[in-house]
Amino acid sequence: MARYIIRRLLQMVVTFIGTTFVVYALMFANQNDPLQALAGDRPVSDNVRQVLTEQYHLDDPFLVQYAYYMKGLLTGDLGRTLTGRPIGDVMADAWPNTIKLALLALFFAALFGIGAGLVAGLRRGTVFDNTTLALTLVVVGLPIIVLAPIAQLVFGVKLGWFPTTAGARPDLYGLILPALVLGAASTATILRLTRTSVAENVRADYVRTARAKGLAVRRVVSVHVLRNSLIPVITLIGVDLGNLMAGAIVTEGVFNIPGVGSKLLLGIQTEDGPLVVGFVSVLVIVFLVTNLLVDLLYAVLDPRIRYE
Amino acid sequence: MQVRRLIAGTVVPLAVTAGLVGCNSGDSAKVDPDGVVSIQIAEPQHMTPANSNDASGIQVLSALFAPLVSYDDSFKPVPDAAESVESQDHKTWTIKLKDGYTFHNGEKVTADNYIDAWNYAAYGPNAQNNGFFFSRIGGYAATQSKDPDGAEGPEKAPTPKAKTMSGLKKVDDLTFQVTLSAPFTEFETMLGYSAFYPLPKAAFSAPGVVKEDFESAPIGNGPFMMNGKWEHDAKVEVAKYDGYPGAKPKVGGVEFRIYLQPSAAYADVLSDNLDVIPQIPTESIPTAPDDLGDRFQRSSASQFQFLAFPTFEQEFSNPDVRKAISKAIDRDEIVRSVFKGSQQSARSFVSPVVAGYRENTCGDACEFNPQAAKQLYQQAGGPSKITLSYNSDGPHKDWIDATCNQLNANLGVECTAVPEAKIADLLDKVEAKTPVGIFRLGWIMDYPSMESYLNPLYSTTGSSNYYGYSNGDFDRLLEEGSKAATQEESIKKYQQAEDILARELPVIPLRFTQNNFGYSTRVQNVVVDLFSRIDLTQIEVLG
Repeated sequence: MARYIIRRLLQMVVTFIGTTFVVYALMFANQNDPLQALAGDRPVSDNVRQVLTEQYHLDDPFLVQYAYYMKGLLTGDLGRTLTGRPIGDVMADAWPNTIKLALLALFFAALFGIGAGLVAGLRRGTVFDNTTLALTLVVVGLPIIVLAPIAQLVFGVKLGWFPTTAGARPDLYGLILPALVLGAASTATILRLTRTSVAENVRADYVRTARAKGLAVRRVVSVHVLRNSLIPVITLIGVDLGNLMAGAIVTEGVFNIPGVGSKLLLGIQTEDGPLVVGFVSVLVIVFLVTNLLVDLLYAVLDPRIRYE
Repeated sequence: MQVRRLIAGTVVPLAVTAGLVGCNSGDSAKVDPDGVVSIQIAEPQHMTPANSNDASGIQVLSALFAPLVSYDDSFKPVPDAAESVESQDHKTWTIKLKDGYTFHNGEKVTADNYIDAWNYAAYGPNAQNNGFFFSRIGGYAATQSKDPDGAEGPEKAPTPKAKTMSGLKKVDDLTFQVTLSAPFTEFETMLGYSAFYPLPKAAFSAPGVVKEDFESAPIGNGPFMMNGKWEHDAKVEVAKYDGYPGAKPKVGGVEFRIYLQPSAAYADVLSDNLDVIPQIPTESIPTAPDDLGDRFQRSSASQFQFLAFPTFEQEFSNPDVRKAISKAIDRDEIVRSVFKGSQQSARSFVSPVVAGYRENTCGDACEFNPQAAKQLYQQAGGPSKITLSYNSDGPHKDWIDATCNQLNANLGVECTAVPEAKIADLLDKVEAKTPVGIFRLGWIMDYPSMESYLNPLYSTTGSSNYYGYSNGDFDRLLEEGSKAATQEESIKKYQQAEDILARELPVIPLRFTQNNFGYSTRVQNVVVDLFSRIDLTQIEVLG
């Protein structure tokens, strides 16, 4: 087990360096005129162009720029945005918001998805099963760019149940509505997957055996059916966590939560290589770590799986 | 603007009487002098006078600093922090400061504060976005240096010859003299812009070097001072500065709340979580009158959108061709259908927020008349194929397509819309005289004067004259205008110059932007000034 984890961690280092290089190269290839991109329609004066070009090494070839960046990274300096703000500060502001939002979204998604999926799987063909099927189809069909403003208008502006926006220092209450919206699609897929998985396992031999032994229904469902049904669901959740963090651009915009998604978008728009690479590097780590955790969880859920 | 002032005038006395009678505590018209008003901004790019050129940064600075001059109802400059701004020959200007102004750290405001701040802004290697505002001041050229092989080349720019501008001279503590490199009658008009604010001694870590963290909590001479620091992506809070000798604001403080998107701010205004949104997003404008009622208002803004002709090309060299194309465009229809009324049709070459603006100077040439347009176009032998180029990094596709469709239908030509990825790409091509056909451009004034529209865009040597337009009479009138004895005479010359444009039509005026602002039930007296900033001395919070 320990050897397995160490091997995975070593692989991570290689993956990490490889991805930052690829992302930096892509940003460089996309780089046209970052100073103009930042200024928008306004012309950039010669002075500003001269000084900033020197400062950000914009006139240097790709490998030199990358070397400057890696040198900074190894000494703990992530560089500065084109407006002169340390990227470390930007990350320190953005990550806590995103982590809170993504975890809360995942919590709701797992809670409602697994809960309702279990019930629907056990009672196939009932009114509950059909209703959840219809509801999940609606949620999956509605893109978040439609869902988020509608939820904000109905529950925030009209009914006043939740704050309309969460803001830059959000409290838990303010995050509930954005998290529900962000997690809606995940809820639906987790629900469908849990239902199918449960429905299959309920008919499995070992469940019939457990029933025949006279085990209580509650124990059969929770230990034998649910535990075995969760393996594909856990895989899905692991992948979703990364997506929820990087892909919350719409939710962050609608509910005004400055987080990773919106900073990535800004970095791409202003062709700000170091900003994008900084955030993507952390995202890569998040993906790698959650995937490792998911793999380890398999062994917990299914004792037949062993890592050597 | 006039109408809104009148409305405000009737509301306030009512509020006062209601307060005197004091009949019900729930009276909504009671003003709270200590109330804090919240205003939407985007994350400012910078927050120093010399470097801020984005709307959000300028809005915050307007709270922290007092300008030398402000503008009256007809957009003419009146002294504000200055006692007087005078000149005999319009080349040497004497600026006297009012006594009694202090910075928020207690420093007295002196002539040195202005001279130091302006020299810092102008000095080339400081790379300040607003440095070019000082280019009319004598000795500006010596503070600049040019990179011998361009910004991309390996060589570095040499150090400029001078660190300070020779045109700035201190007379006494409250007086300084500005000598321009050439006479400019409307120099006083420029001084209201945020680039001309002073900086306290505390801003400098060494002579000519501004502290790096100054912009996280700027110290100004204005009606409000920083309350805490600039919280990036969250907010900037300011509180009333009691030592301010000018017109006292009617609120206790302002919270500039930073939003990623205006749509989120609009939702917050609807639920009274935010007080003022300076620009309602276009998609919400159709429902805004229902959502907000009287609290949705519009006023003119300075930005000018137009279509430009490469006049150096044979097919567009005939003014009648340009006129016919202009007459074939239904501006009002595009404003209605594409912009949902968020902008206004333009039929003049300068925006309504400058002194000397006249409605419809374009006259017949901007009047929509498809029959006359087609006839004129055929007589003048206009090209059978037209290309409209635009930059696709801005919100231009919809209206360019609509314009193209109108040209197709009304002139019987084959019009194609061609996107360029970025505005810089488009301008590069135009400068290299690559045929791009007709192209779109927008213009934001640098200071509220007709000159700020006419000179850069249409004079032969204009910095943004991308269409090769050159007219000797026009250049001469501008020259005379900038040297005229009074502002009135300048304006007269500029208006004559504008009439030449209306005859020759090197560009087609299409639209002026508008401020489409809205506010919550908590505030009243919301007024937007000519720089599209919320006027913080007038706004009031209801108790």
